[in-house]
Amino acid sequence: MTRVHDRGGWPTDESIDRADHAHADWELRVDALHQVLGRKGLRSTDEMRRAIESLPPEEYESIGYYERWTAALEILLVEKGILTTEEIDRKMAQLDQ
Amino acid sequence: MSDVQEGHEHPEDSAELSYYAQRAQAIEALLEEKGLCTPEEVQQAVNTVESRSPADGARVVARAWVDPGFKQRLLADPRSAVEEMGYILPDANTQLAVLENTEDVHYLVVCTLCSCYPRNLLGRPPDWYKSLAYRSRAVIDPRGVMAEFGLELPGEMEVRVMDSTADMRYLVLPRRPAGTEGLSEEALARLVNRDSMIGVTDPFIPQAVASA
Repeated sequence: MTRVHDRGGWPTDESIDRADHAHADWELRVDALHQVLGRKGLRSTDEMRRAIESLPPEEYESIGYYERWTAALEILLVEKGILTTEEIDRKMAQLDQ
Repeated sequence: MSDVQEGHEHPEDSAELSYYAQRAQAIEALLEEKGLCTPEEVQQAVNTVESRSPADGARVVARAWVDPGFKQRLLADPRSAVEEMGYILPDANTQLAVLENTEDVHYLVVCTLCSCYPRNLLGRPPDWYKSLAYRSRAVIDPRGVMAEFGLELPGEMEVRVMDSTADMRYLVLPRRPAGTEGLSEEALARLVNRDSMIGVTDPFIPQAVASA
């Protein structure tokens, strides 16, 4: 069964957009956060990959690269009992004020 | 910036941060509150990644062009060879392979599953490397992809596409442009652009050679 992340050879005529975007601060930090947690043994590259690959196909295809990383980080931290979804919801609401 | 680059708002526009951007900030804040990381550690990791760029890979390529002994070591044991130049590949589980382009064979690197890339030598991968279009097409239409980047290879040249994994990253050692015999290692390094180390282009041809 071909899954959404397994893109090699998927039929597409789409040309390659060679423009690079400047990374937003949060993108740099979520990338860095993964590395910091990796060094502390709190997540591994393989766990991270598995979490990204578990995203619903429509979400995988519609969100950006570091958005996938964020979603994967949440999946892993909740799975490991380090954070809860409710806790993240509350903190997000608090930061938004 | 935010109006031309949809989905990637500028950090100052905090009111307009996307759902995931806010989510990421909330996760970091909670991890810091719980003492699992500090803002300084995260910033330090940002700085480390930002300190790496294709200029690092270019130094390695230029050294291989001028020093046959180094080139041999680079192909045989890339990790130790780049360490000679001060580049430490921190993750012992991740191997690096160096692929030498010749007059008969041209290598192209992709990560069809995601975005694995020799970050310690090239910095962050470009957006197109992570795009669904590149990941899909590189393995079925490599010549078409290279043509989009302006590279037309002779029909008789063999193209080998290498698919990266979390355990194996690739760096292309491009061919040294003809007519560069008199150039210094530093000048050669300036010809080695990022895309030539991924294999979608060749190195720059120096002005003096191109116009000769």
